[in-house]
Amino acid sequence: MTRAPSQRGRWITAIALLALAGVYIRALGFTPVEAAQGPAQKIFYLHVPAAWAAMMSMALVGLGGILFLLLKDERYDRFAAASAEVGTVFSLVMLTTGPLWAKPIWGTWWTWDARLTLTLMLFFLFVGYQLLRGAVSDPSLRARYSAVVGICGLVLLPFIHLSVYLFRTLHPRPIVLKPSAPSLPAEMLVTLLISVGVFTVLYVGFVMQRYAIHADRDSR
Amino acid sequence: MSELLRHAWLVARKDLQVELRSRTAFTLALVFTALVLVVFEYGRDPTAVPTRDLAPSILWVTFSFAAVLALNRAFQAELENDALEGLLLAPISRHSLFWGKLAANLVFVALVQVIGLVLFVLFFNVPVWRVWGPLAAVMALASLGFIAVGTLFSAMVVRTRFAELMLPVLLLPFLLPPLIAAVTITAQLLGGRPLSEGAGWLRLLAAYDVTFVALATVLFPATVTE
Repeated sequence: MTRAPSQRGRWITAIALLALAGVYIRALGFTPVEAAQGPAQKIFYLHVPAAWAAMMSMALVGLGGILFLLLKDERYDRFAAASAEVGTVFSLVMLTTGPLWAKPIWGTWWTWDARLTLTLMLFFLFVGYQLLRGAVSDPSLRARYSAVVGICGLVLLPFIHLSVYLFRTLHPRPIVLKPSAPSLPAEMLVTLLISVGVFTVLYVGFVMQRYAIHADRDSR
Repeated sequence: MSELLRHAWLVARKDLQVELRSRTAFTLALVFTALVLVVFEYGRDPTAVPTRDLAPSILWVTFSFAAVLALNRAFQAELENDALEGLLLAPISRHSLFWGKLAANLVFVALVQVIGLVLFVLFFNVPVWRVWGPLAAVMALASLGFIAVGTLFSAMVVRTRFAELMLPVLLLPFLLPPLIAAVTITAQLLGGRPLSEGAGWLRLLAAYDVTFVALATVLFPATVTE
């Protein structure tokens, strides 16, 4: 029973990784170099999609928690756990690509800007969530506890963003998701959107594999 | 509703009575607060940074540490002799139980904060008496939502391994919004500026409190129901 989703997950991941290679080629070879930032801007095509996937992971961890508490179906718990694991990886990608870009552009690896703080806290929430899971041995208790922490974490994020935003911010303004039209050249926007799509598929592939492992572990 | 509050009051009174009789946790929290203040005094260069500039941070970091330590205690006592089972068997709703625990924690933390504030004034010679009213309001607003999440989490972590470390790791991200708001408003108040200047921050604190007290109340039954 668990064999099939794991197998399918592996296929989806393989396809997504191939597509990711395509994103690299398109971003490096067929997308214009940004005038002010030069080649450093290329990392944007990995950084933003990774951030998107990490945020989506947290949203789905929270949603999985809500569904578990409402329906008491352990599959939602397993899904939330898998999503948190994958989210940790994506937030690590985001947290490593960010400073690599920031050093040449901002002149510093790290700054306590609104979005940087938010993503760091997102990472800590993922880590805390998994540490808690590891510290509870009873499966039903573990599922309920992690649902509670997942939901609280999801609700916390907008507050962190708002409070740090009010405090200070340096991060580039939103250029795609904003009230007016995206202020990004069409070729760059297309590359970015393709990459976001690829990262979403990658998320699905990873989660399916992790879910299968959790299901396998629970059935023993 | 009145039944709910009456039961919550019974739970809170029980907790505070137990605390009043032993006073161990309270004394520990106070001594800890005093020691953190001493550490702050020697952990800075007094010739480089004037105390006034550092005062809000000293005050709030001390309060935060003390609160996290105090929260660990909330459900720890219920583990002895399976006291929690007894509480859960009692004919009161889970929400009353949570509110009672929350109220007891708030009283506990408020007492530690008040005495901590006195020690702070004494040690650092910062004139807070001119703004004590607004400062007390900020302390209350900044603590409510955070203590609500802390009470919720402490009910869970007492039954995990590494409980003492688990609570701060889970809880400190939740401290960030109230901490930023409280430090900013405190700095404004100590700088002689009116409370109204921090209106945006006060609204943020109020929204945080309402959201997390409600969320923790809704989620609490999931942490204790067998």
